[in-house]
Amino acid sequence: MSADVSATPPAGVASRRAADVTTRLLGTSRRRVVLILALVAVAIFFSVANDDQFQIVNVTMIYAIAVLGLNVLSGYAGQISLGIAFFMGIGAYTATWLGGTPPTSPRAPVGLGLPFWIWLPAAGIVAALLGALIGPTALRLKGFYLGIVSLALVVIGVQIFKNAAFLTGGNSGRGMLPPAFGDTPINQQNDLFGIALSAGQQFFLVIAPILALAALFVANVMRTRAGRAFQAVRDHEVGAAIMGVNLFEAKMGAFILSSFLAGISGALFASYNVHVDPNTWDLTLSIAFVAAIIIGGIASVWGSLLGAIFVFALPKVLDVYSLVPATGIAGLPSGDVNTVIYGLLIIVFLLFEPAGFVGLIRRGRLLALRMSERNRKGGEPTPAAAGADPGGDAEIERTRLTAGSDA
Amino acid sequence: MAFFFQIFLAGIAAGCIYALVALGFTIIFKSSGVINFAQGELLLLGAYLVSAGVSQWHLNFFLALFIAIAITVAIAVAFERFALRRMIGRPAFSVLMLTIGLDTLLLTAVIAIWPDVLYAPAAPYSTTAGFDVGGVHITINDIWTIIVTGILCAALYAFFRYTRYGLAMRAAALDQEAALAVGINVGLVNTFSWAIAAAIATIGGFFLAAHLSGVNPGLGVIALVAFPAIILGGIDSVLGAVVGGLIIGIVQQLTAGYENTALIHLFGQSFTLTDKLGPSFDAIAPYLVMLVVLLIRPYGLFGKRKVERI
Repeated sequence: MSADVSATPPAGVASRRAADVTTRLLGTSRRRVVLILALVAVAIFFSVANDDQFQIVNVTMIYAIAVLGLNVLSGYAGQISLGIAFFMGIGAYTATWLGGTPPTSPRAPVGLGLPFWIWLPAAGIVAALLGALIGPTALRLKGFYLGIVSLALVVIGVQIFKNAAFLTGGNSGRGMLPPAFGDTPINQQNDLFGIALSAGQQFFLVIAPILALAALFVANVMRTRAGRAFQAVRDHEVGAAIMGVNLFEAKMGAFILSSFLAGISGALFASYNVHVDPNTWDLTLSIAFVAAIIIGGIASVWGSLLGAIFVFALPKVLDVYSLVPATGIAGLPSGDVNTVIYGLLIIVFLLFEPAGFVGLIRRGRLLALRMSERNRKGGEPTPAAAGADPGGDAEIERTRLTAGSDA
Repeated sequence: MAFFFQIFLAGIAAGCIYALVALGFTIIFKSSGVINFAQGELLLLGAYLVSAGVSQWHLNFFLALFIAIAITVAIAVAFERFALRRMIGRPAFSVLMLTIGLDTLLLTAVIAIWPDVLYAPAAPYSTTAGFDVGGVHITINDIWTIIVTGILCAALYAFFRYTRYGLAMRAAALDQEAALAVGINVGLVNTFSWAIAAAIATIGGFFLAAHLSGVNPGLGVIALVAFPAIILGGIDSVLGAVVGGLIIGIVQQLTAGYENTALIHLFGQSFTLTDKLGPSFDAIAPYLVMLVVLLIRPYGLFGKRKVERI
């Protein structure tokens, strides 16, 4: 939600100062406190969590990177895409090509065995380059046309991945190496600087900073000229063009950034699972990502993270802690129970809260603010009076600006 | 040559099924501007209901078909009335995602209700019987597919051309505001278009199941091939949906028929499509056709060309 400050601050020195404070990432003391609390929570989790919990958190963080990517393209720039699975696949196979085991038999898929810090950025870059290559064709098309083309991309992609056996290992997939510090791969217990770290902890140390960087990057890009151009294109193409936004450049920018993040996510996914199956990158995966941005919150960084938790972590949590009986509910296996839940959530959120989970939180905060306002003044304050108070709390100002924004 | 006619016929039969699904897409799109991603799963549900009606509940085929149509139509109408109607004025993106939500729900419902059960296709005739004409094997199923599609297209044509409701739907498709101004209930038109699309999808689902000699949860994905069909034909053209469906069906079957055997001579080498592109290339051939169409003629063969300056 911190990335939603798209509306121009109203005139007036006081409110301009308030807007300045809130557009900065850590502008208010409240945010600093929240950040510190969050870091403490992460540190506690890191030291006490078991392997199952790390498994859930690590995989969710990997997916969250791609959810961020889709949110850039669909949420901020408003371009309908079902193609995210394809770009994740591209990232995964770039990673396996550069970082996979060098082949020992002539039929084994290629791999150069290069270190982590080469294949990870390369995966993002190759996916982004492919995005740049496909973009000009795809982005000529508007709305659902782009949706259908991206669907074709995924279908064709799965076919390619299944058949390019020299790289992908064909139908049964291929292996991939985990990142390694020196000679020791991180999917086993290691001593780092005298501290024994489990595989889950080490992966967490690799993935969490990447996710944090990606989130910070997206949040910041959306405050720049480029990010505001994305949102202008989404809200009104003609209006954006009149204000001097280059529509093609803006859409391409969003498309490339989105592909880059998807590529990084795909590479981490391959490496974390030490195996890549070509059938992973199908339409179902893309739809899960779409569900994630709708449920979490469209055009919101926090929404992306919440969406990833909802769609990718919650099912695992239910599984691991057997909250859904292993036999399922009403004859549904537990995996399908999750599908029903997110299918329903897509519909319910679209109908009743288009801003997603983040929108719910925003509403809750607005309600709390009004209640406290009412208690203080004893009167019946209108929403406008609560929000337009120029000298008031910066948080009120920001909430007013974003609470009404649809999409 | 007999081989060519054989797969050409298979292509027409497959094309008829795609045309039925494509018609559903087009009718909904024309009346309300919504692309219905759930069309494939409506077809899936319809196919399961028909098969289950005959094999599980031991109903007469036509009764089973009637019940299947009634249920899918009820679902489609309820979705249009209670979900889509609330989305008027919202971005196309949200509307499209809403249909994806329905798609997910229907697919899971089918898996939940009929787990691991493979029903034989139900039909009032034998789906495997056939006869030979000049070396070409023609199955009864192919003939019925073609005949029924032809009848449905003619009926739809007559409906849109001569009936009060058909004309109202065309008017609403042309200009919603003008249609409202002359007293057409546009909401009812939208509901009606969803009902027609669901009914056609069920019939298409029955034929697809009969064609593949069984129902399975993958039918909905096969029906997605109707997307290339509508893009090829022009997304707002009913005639285009039929022609597009037929062309896509024929292209797909020809690719399937020749990819393993036909030798291509290129750069002094001889190879088949399968050698170079791997097996089941036919599954993606329709999508490649679609990409080419989108590049050179995005409004399709029969679509209305939109002039946009941005």
